[in-house]
This record gives sequence, C-alpha cells and structure tokens, in this order.
Amino acid sequence: MNEELIVSGRNIPGVDPHLHLWHWQIPLYLFLGGLAAGLIFFASLYVIMGKEDKAPTAIKWASFITPLALVVGLGALFFDLHHKLYFWRLYTTVRLESPMSWGAWTLLLVTPLSIVWSASYLRELVPSWDWKFKWLYDFEAWVIKNRKPFAWLMIFLSVILGIYTGILLSAFNARPLWNTSILGPLFLTSGLSTGAATIMWLSKDHEEKKLFGRIDLLLIAIEIFFIIHMFMGFLSSSQVQQEAASLFLGGEFTVPFWTFVLILGLLVPGFLEVLEWKGYKIPAAVPAFLVLFGGLMFRLIMVEAGQITRYLY
Amino acid sequence: MKHTSRRDFIKITGAGAGAMMFARPTIKAFSQGGEQGDVHPGETLTRTPTYCEVCFWKCAGWVYKDKEGNIQKIIGNEDDPHSNGRMCPRGTGGVGMYWDGDRLKTPLIREGKPGSQKFREASWDEALDLIAKKFGEIKEKYGPESVAVFSHGTGGKMITHLMKAYGSSFIAAPSFAQCRGPRQVAFLSTFGEEVMSPERTDIRDTKCLVLIGSHIGENMHNGQIQEMSEAIDKGATIITVDPRYSTAASHSKYWLPIKPATDIALLLAWMHVIINEELYDKKYVEKYTYGFKELKEHVKDKTPEWAYGITTIPPDVIRKTAREMAHAAPAVIVHPGRHVVWYGDDTQRSRAIAILNALLGSWGRRGGFFVPEGVPLPKWPVPDYPKPKRTWKDFYKDQYGLAFEVLTSAVCDLSIPDPSRDWDIKAWLVYGTNLTASLPDTNATLKAIDNLDFLVVIDTMPMDIVSYADVVLPECTYLERYDGIRTSPHRVPNMALRMPATEPLYNSKPNWWIAKQLAEKMGLGDYFPWKDIEQLLDWQLKKVGSSLEEMKRVGVKLMKREYDDLYFLNGEDYEFNTNTGKIELYSTDFAAAGFDPLPDYTPHPEPPPGFYRLNYGRAPMHTFSRTANNPNLWELRKENSVWVNPKVAKLWDLKNGQYVWLKNQDGVVSSFPVKVRITERIRWDSVYMVHGFGHKEKQLTRAYGRGASDSELITKVAMDPIMGGTGMRGNFVTFLTEKPGKEVAS
Amino acid sequence: MRYAMAIDTKKCVGCSDCVVACQTENNVPMGFARDWIVESVAGTYPRVEMEIRSERCNHCEDAPCVRCCPTGASHIIEGGVVLVKHDACIGCMACIEACPYDARYPHPDGYVDKCTFCIHRVDKGEDPACVAVCPTHCLHFGDLDDPNSDVSKVVAERKWKVLAPEAGTKPQLYFLM
Ligand SMILES: Nc1nc2c(c(=O)[nH]1)N[C@H]1C(S)=C(S)[C@@H](COP(=O)(O)OP(=O)(O)OC[C@H]3O[C@@H](n4cnc5c(=O)[nH]c(N)nc54)[C@H](O)[C@@H]3O)O[C@H]1N2
Ligand SMILES: Nc1nc2c(c(=O)[nH]1)N[C@H]1C(S)=C(S)[C@@H](COP(=O)(O)OP(=O)(O)OC[C@H]3O[C@@H](n4cnc5c(=O)[nH]c(N)nc54)[C@H](O)[C@@H]3O)O[C@H]1N2
Ligand code: SF4
Ligand code: SF4
Ligand code: SF4
Ligand code: SF4
Ligand code: SF4
Ligand SMILES: [Mo]
Repeated sequence: MNEELIVSGRNIPGVDPHLHLWHWQIPLYLFLGGLAAGLIFFASLYVIMGKEDKAPTAIKWASFITPLALVVGLGALFFDLHHKLYFWRLYTTVRLESPMSWGAWTLLLVTPLSIVWSASYLRELVPSWDWKFKWLYDFEAWVIKNRKPFAWLMIFLSVILGIYTGILLSAFNARPLWNTSILGPLFLTSGLSTGAATIMWLSKDHEEKKLFGRIDLLLIAIEIFFIIHMFMGFLSSSQVQQEAASLFLGGEFTVPFWTFVLILGLLVPGFLEVLEWKGYKIPAAVPAFLVLFGGLMFRLIMVEAGQITRYLY
Repeated sequence: MKHTSRRDFIKITGAGAGAMMFARPTIKAFSQGGEQGDVHPGETLTRTPTYCEVCFWKCAGWVYKDKEGNIQKIIGNEDDPHSNGRMCPRGTGGVGMYWDGDRLKTPLIREGKPGSQKFREASWDEALDLIAKKFGEIKEKYGPESVAVFSHGTGGKMITHLMKAYGSSFIAAPSFAQCRGPRQVAFLSTFGEEVMSPERTDIRDTKCLVLIGSHIGENMHNGQIQEMSEAIDKGATIITVDPRYSTAASHSKYWLPIKPATDIALLLAWMHVIINEELYDKKYVEKYTYGFKELKEHVKDKTPEWAYGITTIPPDVIRKTAREMAHAAPAVIVHPGRHVVWYGDDTQRSRAIAILNALLGSWGRRGGFFVPEGVPLPKWPVPDYPKPKRTWKDFYKDQYGLAFEVLTSAVCDLSIPDPSRDWDIKAWLVYGTNLTASLPDTNATLKAIDNLDFLVVIDTMPMDIVSYADVVLPECTYLERYDGIRTSPHRVPNMALRMPATEPLYNSKPNWWIAKQLAEKMGLGDYFPWKDIEQLLDWQLKKVGSSLEEMKRVGVKLMKREYDDLYFLNGEDYEFNTNTGKIELYSTDFAAAGFDPLPDYTPHPEPPPGFYRLNYGRAPMHTFSRTANNPNLWELRKENSVWVNPKVAKLWDLKNGQYVWLKNQDGVVSSFPVKVRITERIRWDSVYMVHGFGHKEKQLTRAYGRGASDSELITKVAMDPIMGGTGMRGNFVTFLTEKPGKEVAS
Repeated sequence: MRYAMAIDTKKCVGCSDCVVACQTENNVPMGFARDWIVESVAGTYPRVEMEIRSERCNHCEDAPCVRCCPTGASHIIEGGVVLVKHDACIGCMACIEACPYDARYPHPDGYVDKCTFCIHRVDKGEDPACVAVCPTHCLHFGDLDDPNSDVSKVVAERKWKVLAPEAGTKPQLYFLM
C-alpha cells in the first residue's frame, strides 16, 4: 500500500482536499459568454453576407439578449472576485498571456457595442420609441449607415469572445481535465450551438427556424465528435489525465455528465431536430431549451470536475 | 464509581459568567505592509531572552515583540548549546501558549461544600489564604507529609522548595517513574553516573547511532535531532530498533522491526556476537570494567539464532549490525532512550544498553558519551528544611529498592485510605503536570483524587487535572516571567536567562511570586528571604561572575570548563562512582538489592485474539498533552489518529479516516473516537497513537474531544520491581465502530 | 541571479518547524499555510520506505500562475522569485487554478497569498524563515547562478528530483534524494 499524506500545514478551505474555489459563477459566466458570442456571431454573419432577410430574429430580436447575457455574466464574474474593491486593476494593464485579461478587455468592448447594436434596431421593433436627443438620432443613423463594417468588428469580437470562453479553462494546464486543446473548439462550438438554439427558439419565421435548426444540428454533431475525441485523448495520455477521464467513465461525474450533457443536452435535442427535419412537428422550445440546459450543465460539470483533478497527492 | 464522587470533574465552563469577561485575544492580524503585503518587522521588533518551557530540553532563544508589546515570534539563541539558534516546532510555536485565549485567567475556588460542581473566581489573596489555612490544618492534624506534591517543569523548583520548607516529603514528578527512572538507575549502577538531561550523547561526532525505540525526529529533543542530522551528513550509520517504522527508521541504514517487548534478547545477542567475535574494546574492558567473565558466561548461549526466535530479527542482521557498531567503536552510541518505562523490566533493558556501551568502550569517548559540565550556581542561604517523619520508603520497605525518587504511584496508593495504615495522604499540590494524562490508568488517578480532602492545582491552562481542583492558581506562561537560571550541564558550561517579554496577561502570576506569597502566609517567609526574583538572580549571577544586567543582554553565557575531561577514558586512570570503582558489567548494587546482577530476557504477555498492542509515542509538533490546545501547534495537528496495518484494517473492514472507539483488555473504552490511519508503518499485532490527545475539558476549545487518550487505555501497568517504573506498553486494544453504550464506557 | 531551494529528504523529519516559523514570520492567518509537509510511504511492512518533503511554492521559471494573472499582481522579480502584489490582486483565483502544486491560498482578506521565499529577509542577507529555523538543516537556499552558494553545491553534488516536472513549469525546489 502506498500513502501520500499531507501531514501538516495544509487543509486550506477551498484548496484541500481538492480545489473548490470556482463555484457556479464562473461556469455561468462562461455559458453566458459563449451564448453571447454565438448570438453576435450569427447576427453579424448574416449582415455581412447581406442576407438580413434570412435571419431577422438573429439580427434584431435575439440581439437584445446579448447585452443582457453579457451583463449578467460580468455580474457573476464580479460576484466571484474575492478582492472586489480592486476590480479596476483589471483595466490598468493588458496581459496578453492571460485569457482572463483579454477576456476582460473584450467584454469591455463587446458589451457596449452589443448595446449599440440592439439599440439601433430598437425603433424597428418599438416604432413609438423616441431617442429624445438629436445626437442620438444622428448616432443611430451613423450606425445604420455603417452596419457592414460594424458587423465585421462584431464578428471579429465574437470569435475572440467565443474562443476566450472556450480556452479559459484549457489554459490551466495544472488541472489535467482542462489540459486538452480540444476544450477550446468544443466550448466554442457549444457556445455557437446555444446561440443558434436561442435564435431557433425565438424565431417566428419558419424558414429562419429551420435554418438555425440545421445549423444547430451540425454544431451538435461536431460537439459529439469533439467529446469522443477528448476522451480518446485523455485515455491515451498521462496517468493524471487518465484519472481525470475516469471521473466521467465510472467516477463521480459519470451520471450527471452522460445524462445531462450528452443525452439530454446533445443527443435528445439532436434527435428532435432530425425529426423536425424529417417533417415531424416539434416545438422549437424543447430542443432549444435542452441545448441551453446542456450547455450550462457542461460548463458547471467541467469546472467542478476539473478542480478535482491535480498533479500531486 | 459507586457513590457520588465528592470530587467530580467540574466543567470549568460553569465557572460563572465572569470567565467570559476577559476579552479573548486571537492571534493578532498584524497590519499588512510592504508591496508583498508581508510583515517586514525586522526594524521595529525588540527582543528579550528566554528559555523554552514547551518541553524539558529548555532551549534558549529570543522573544520578539512589536512596539505594542505583542509577542510575534521566538527565535533560537545562536550561542545556546541546547538550540544552536534553532528552536524546534514546539518552541517556535510557543507563542501560542501566550496567545491561547483559553488560558486560566484568575484564581478559582470550588464553590460551597465539597462535591460542588462550580468554581467561582477569587482574588489571589483569598485563594492563597485558603490554601495556607487548609495546609495549616492538615499539618496540625496529620502531619505535613500528608500534603503530597506533584511537580514538573522549571517552576516546580520554587514550589517544591516551599513544600519542603513546609515539611512535605512526598514530592513526586512524572519524569522518574513515567519516564527516565529506569535509565537513571541502570546507568548509575553501571557507570556511577547518569545520562542526564540534555543527554550526554555525543551524537554530533558519532559514527554509529543505535536507537532502541528512541524515536528521535518524532521525539523532537532539539539538540539530539540537530546532532543526528549532522551525523547523517558525516555519514554515520544509524541502526533503529523499533517495531514501528519511525521517522528515524526511515533515515536509518538498518531498521530492525523487532517484535515488541523482546529488546533484551536482541541486546544479549549483540553482546554475544561482540564478545564471541572478540569485537569488544579489550583494553577498555580490562582497565575499566568489573564482571566481564560473568557477563561472558552469561551471554554464552545468547546466540543470534536464539534471539531470532524471540525477536524475529534474522541472525545475519544481528551479526552485521553488531559488527557495524564494533567497527565504529568507540564512536558509537547505543542510545539509552528517555521514556523507557515499557514492560516492567526496563531497568534491566537499560542495564543491557549500558553494558553494551561499556563493551564498545563508548562511555567517556568522542562520538560516544561525553562528560558534561555545569555552572555551580550558589543557593541563597535559607534555614534547613524540617526533617520529615515519614517518607514513602517507610511504606515500601521491600519494594523498589533502587528507586531514588518518590514514585507517583506510591503517592496515589497512599492517598487511598487503607486499614493496614494509620496514616494517609490528605491533600495534593499539583504544579505543571496534567496528571490525568501523564500518569497511566487515568481512572486509578481519579480514584486517588476522589479520596483527597484538598487539591490545589497550579497551571496555565484549564487542563483536565484542573477540573478536579479545589483551588486553581493561574500561572503566567514562561514568556511572561522570570524563572531560575538554566544551568544544565553540557559540553560547554553555560547559563541561560528566562525573563518576561511582557507583563502577564489577565490575572496570572509567576511561580516565584506564588511561592513567596504562600510562604509568607504560611509563616515560612524565612525560606524566601529575597525581595523578588530579580534580586535573587542577580545575587546568584554575580557570584559566578555575571549579572542580571549582562544576562538580559546576552541571554546565554558560555563559561570555561573547569576540567579538560570532555572525553576522558582514553587510558587515563579513573575511579568510577560505583561500589567497585569500575564500570559494573556485573552490578553489585543489583546483587545486593536482590535483583539479577546481569540482565536477562523474560517473555511478556502477547495480545489476545482480536486485540492489538497499544503502542504510543510523540508527534514532533506536540508535547504530551500541554500543546494540544496551542493555536499554532493545533493548526499543525488537531488530533491523533490510530495507526492500523492494512491487513488489520481489511480484517475489521476499517476505512482510512474513519472514526473508531478503542476498547482495552479491561473493557475500558476511549472517551472519544479516534481517526483510523491505515499505514504500512505499523505491525499487524500493534496499533500506534500519539500521546497527549483526547482532552475532556470543554474549556479547551480547540483540543476538547479531539482524538483519544492513550493514558486512559493504559490500565495495566507493569511495575518495575527494581525502581517502580510504570511499564505502560503491555496494554491491548480492539476496535469499536459504533458509539459504545453507556454500560461499556467507564 | 536564480534563487532556489533544495530540500534534503534524507534529513527532513517532517517536524513542521518550517511551517510554524513561516506562520510567525509572515503572519500567515490561522487555517492557512505557505508551506506544508508531505509524507510519502511505499512498500509493505516490514519492507517500507518513506520520503518526507517540506513543500512550498516552486518559484517556477515558467510560472503559469504569473501567465494567467489578469492584473499582473502575480509577478516575477529579480532572482526569479514569484510574488503577489496584494493591492493589485482582484482575487479571481485564476492563479490558484493554474498552479500544479496548489501552492497558493486565498487569504481571508481577499487577495491570494503564497511563499515569497521570504524575500524581505533575503534582501537583508538572511535566510528565509523556514530555512533559518529547520533543526535538521535540511533546507538549503541560495542563488543557483552562484556556483559557491550552498544550494548550488548540493544540487551539483547530490541526486535530486523536482515535483511534477511534466507540468512543464520548471520548478525551482530541488528535492535531494
Ligand atoms: N500515556 C502516556 N503517559 C505518559 C507518557 C506517554 O508517552 N504516554 N509520557 C511520560 C513522560 S516521558 C513524561 S516526561 C510525562 C510528562 O508529563 P507532564 O509534564 O505532566 O505532561 P503534560 O501532559 O504536558 O502536562 C503538563 C502540564 O503543565 C502545564 N503547564 C505548562 N506550562 C506550565 C507552566 O509554565 N506553569 C505551570 N504551572 N503549568 C504549566 C500544562 O498546561 C499541563 O497541564 O508524561 C508521562 N506519561
Ligand atoms: N515532540 C516531542 N518530543 C519529545 C517529547 C514530546 O512530548 N514531544 N517529550 C520528550 C520526553 S520527556 C521524552 S521522555 C522523550 C521520549 O522519547 P523516546 O525516548 O524516543 O520515546 P519512547 O516513548 O520511549 O519511544 C517511542 C518509540 O518506541 C517504539 N516502541 C514501542 N514499543 C517498542 C518495543 O518494544 N521495542 C522497541 N525497540 N521500540 C518500541 C515506538 O514505536 C516509538 O517509535 O521525548 C521527548 N521529546
Ligand atoms: S526542544 Fe523544542 S520544545 Fe523543547 S525546549 Fe527546545 S524548543 Fe522548546
Ligand atoms: S523544519 Fe526542516 S526537518 Fe522539520 S519539517 Fe521542515 S524541513 Fe523538515
Ligand atoms: S509553484 Fe505554483 S504558485 Fe509557485 S510559481 Fe509555480 S505555479 Fe506559481
Ligand atoms: S487572484 Fe490575484 S494574483 Fe491570482 S490571478 Fe487573480 S489577480 Fe492575479
Ligand atoms: S521561504 Fe519564507 S514564505 Fe516561503 S515557506 Fe519559507 S518561510 Fe514561508
Ligand atoms: Mo519524559
């Protein structure tokens, strides 16, 4: 029998016996960030392609969700800081090596821009809306005139945001479960998928609904492919990563992961979307909700489980 | 207990709301300065000298405090031969003794009539008056010998001085019959000298260190651990004989996992090999020893093969290790150990160790045992003590013939009325010893306490023993007081000063003040003629060419050796302080007192089925029971665990970290559950626990109820017939996985 | 200059003096620690082996805790010592998540804290508190770039290992074996 025992000096709350410092806030923040990235991505994409008419919900309606998601996400992040009064320190430096840093900066840019984006559609949706000041009308006109370049900027930022929420965890090599390059693309895909599903849900336009159903189905397929790949990678990797994978293959996260994330969050909505494609009447809310739920669960579980995995002891 | 005890354990918590009046100092959060936010205190701290009282090694150091007078840290004194500038973890964590908010804060008196379950706060005057009155009455009625004293630690000197002046003759300490006694008697009868404390082992320069159950590294006696480390650096061979894989074993070249209780067989076999293969120091043995022929005859048939059957140590290992020792001789130490009361034949085992050292010629040689020298500090002249009418020996005429200190067990026995006697001990004064933990068989101790008329306890903490007192006197910690000058003999004679770093917290007082006040109230003021301890110390120091002022500055003063005899047995003529003037391989003392003059192996009982031998020892960051509540040290280890071999764990279906109760062979169940540690470091026939946990006093907010007490489970004591040591390792325990019902827990 | 520490596992007895000394020197709050002791036992009774290690921040040459810090509170100073500026730290915990050795802890005041190699002492020419107190002298501290330093010598003479080298952080605690 082997023993590896910390005999004194540790037992630090939140660190021992295993790390548990990030709770629901960070996963929620990652989820909302991914969702926002997905929403912005599709909205901008269709503006850039000049096919505004094909995706009206994505561009106009859904874009109102984006700033909300971002603000709530930021709120969660702020809530999680242990030294809150020093929050402004994030903006006294740019640290390119730190995903947290460029995430903070990206959000600083993307949040107001997403507000501007949705504001520019406000009068289309609420015709009686009055901006009160002339300069606001001028600004609105300017934004509308420059929609295309604005969309280019937004799609660029959305990709950064998406990748950022994806690679935030995988940047932490210290946690064997997160130490995989697939996690970035996987979270990015998942983020896009939640975005697509939301649009599908909100859309009143039958064609648009169908379009985003197809997109989402494709993204789900990619996600499943990545997940299989991730586990194959773990199992053929170092001891600590095999142990990390075993948390999901018989270990304590097996049931939540396979039921909530894989079955309910991916397979079932994917199946429903296929049925829909085949012509069955499926209320879009069902697969959409499942995708969103699965996306949130996925992040919650990955953050929890990842903190359990470590190199030593 | 059948009747309602008149002296039940009082929950000191019920000592009245007053106890809460005192703000509880927490470890102060010092202001965070500097860019890294660390304390950078260097410049603002002042320091005063002390020597440590967390154990009996008495390392000298410096107490650092900040401008507000808060004690921040304790650092060893570079000049000190006990610490060499480095305290051990307990000494470094000594700050916690000062900060501990659970400390005794003011004198307490048991309220109302005997048996009352409440304490009330009292003034010093009232408490001391009560003691003086009570002791006066007892002296009058039963004679002064009826007040027995238990004392341990530096401050005990003042208290025992007072009580000797009073006429008490029953003055006992756990350091004899629960600790070093067997070794002292054995070495005294072999070499005419003791091993002393700090031990005169020249570990620093040894080439081979043999540890027989001495678990240096867990036993953190500072000088020894430092020198052992130095010896490792110099390539010394370490041979550890221990049934448990101790820390020392993990650093040893040879670990001999001996079957418990069989060490004498191994020692005899080693002697056999060393004599048979003529590896002993012939010149030394011839010139200095007495009884070699008898010894040779005695161990003739004690072959390694013979010992193998007893000890389970293979013969080739016994031979190899014997040769290693002989090869290193005389720079070899077969360590005498310190807590040596194991199986009741401990004086004989210590004798075997002494003899083996003599054969190897290590006594008085470099790398073996050196000759320490102390500073002869004069005593302030006082009247002679009154001559006691009774001593404990009167009651043990044919027993424990070689004991030279009062046995704690004798005091307990004589406190329980017995028709065969017309006299009993009526009162105890307990200073600095937590008897319920330090004496084996806690229930036996409590039975004695239950029969007392009066019990006074002087302590710093609301320890378990305090709960049984009639009067409790709160002493301030060693960091807040003066004590006598430390003059323990060492390679270089030296003195160390302990002085208060700050004023005592709360309403606590130093022992010298308590003793002097009591003396005055008892009409014994003549025995304390000095104004205060500063005057006494200064007077003493000036007699040896120093002064209090100088000692305050240097903390430790090294003196010149008077004799150049650190290693003295290199062919010089020498007369030992024994009957024969020689090192007695064959002990004439023992022969005269009717004991085996040469040590012999006798078998000891083995665990019954389903039971495991209860082995115990030290954790490096704790001292007995006294540090269990120390915030700094508690932080390092909050409870003890019971070590269980994986095979045993499997048998009992025990899981790592699970809590179990232990029940011993006499049906006694531990008061609290203890955590299981499954480990390969322990044999399958034993379990192991660190001594000093399982406190019952709730006022110890950190230590209360954590871990199990070994003392409670040691109900079978193997008395050493030679000197009355209480052999404590012959107890066996089994596991209870459920909380035991009322009827079993006793 | 490259500060490093070597820990002699052949001498360490796990007494935890280094842990207490760090507490009292650096005012580490109760319940937290900048250093700790690991006991590693292998084998089957009576063929047992044990290694005792005093561990702390490895002051990694390639420190992921510094890389991931969004504010620059975690930084490396001359000599390779990794420090945290408490008043620049937002308490995002990223650095704790990033450290393969779990060497950092969330200070109850909000910021993250860890071993500083006692740079405030080292700057004055003293040894770190844990090194200065260790009764077995099993901790060696110094500049690896100086071949005459205590630590350079033992690292050159003795067999050693570092912990979790596969984490790729280039740790600077050398465990002598
Ligand atoms: N079961 C078992 N029993 C043992 C041992 C064992 O290993 N197992 N070991 C034995 C040995 S070797 C020894 S030496 C003895 C030790 O026996 P003790 O010295 O009695 O040990 P402690 O349990 O530490 O109790 C010390 C008491 O002194 C108090 N104290 C500490 N400092 C001061 C002070 O400055 N002033 C006053 N007035 N009080 C103070 C503490 O609060 C505590 O109550 O125990 C022996 N008994
Ligand atoms: N940290 C710390 N250090 C201390 C103290 C403390 O309280 N804390 N107390 C000090 C005092 S007063 C004393 S007396 C000393 C005591 O220190 P030692 O004299 O070293 O202690 P022992 O209790 O005799 O030895 C304990 C060891 O004996 C082993 N042992 C048990 N049974 C047998 C056996 O049958 N044969 C052999 N060969 N070994 C056996 C145990 O496994 C354990 O490793 O420690 C001193 N140092
Ligand atoms: S060995 Fe440790 S506890 Fe004992 S006196 Fe020295 S520093 Fe104090
Ligand atoms: S102080 Fe030294 S011997 Fe003790 S645990 Fe720390 S490194 Fe090891
Ligand atoms: S050990 Fe951890 S905290 Fe220290 S430098 Fe390396 S990664 Fe950073
Ligand atoms: S917790 Fe502080 S030091 Fe750590 S990464 Fe965040 S800001 Fe940097
Ligand atoms: S170097 Fe200083 S801060 Fe680091 S563990 Fe040692 S004492 Fe603590
Ligand atoms: Mo002792």
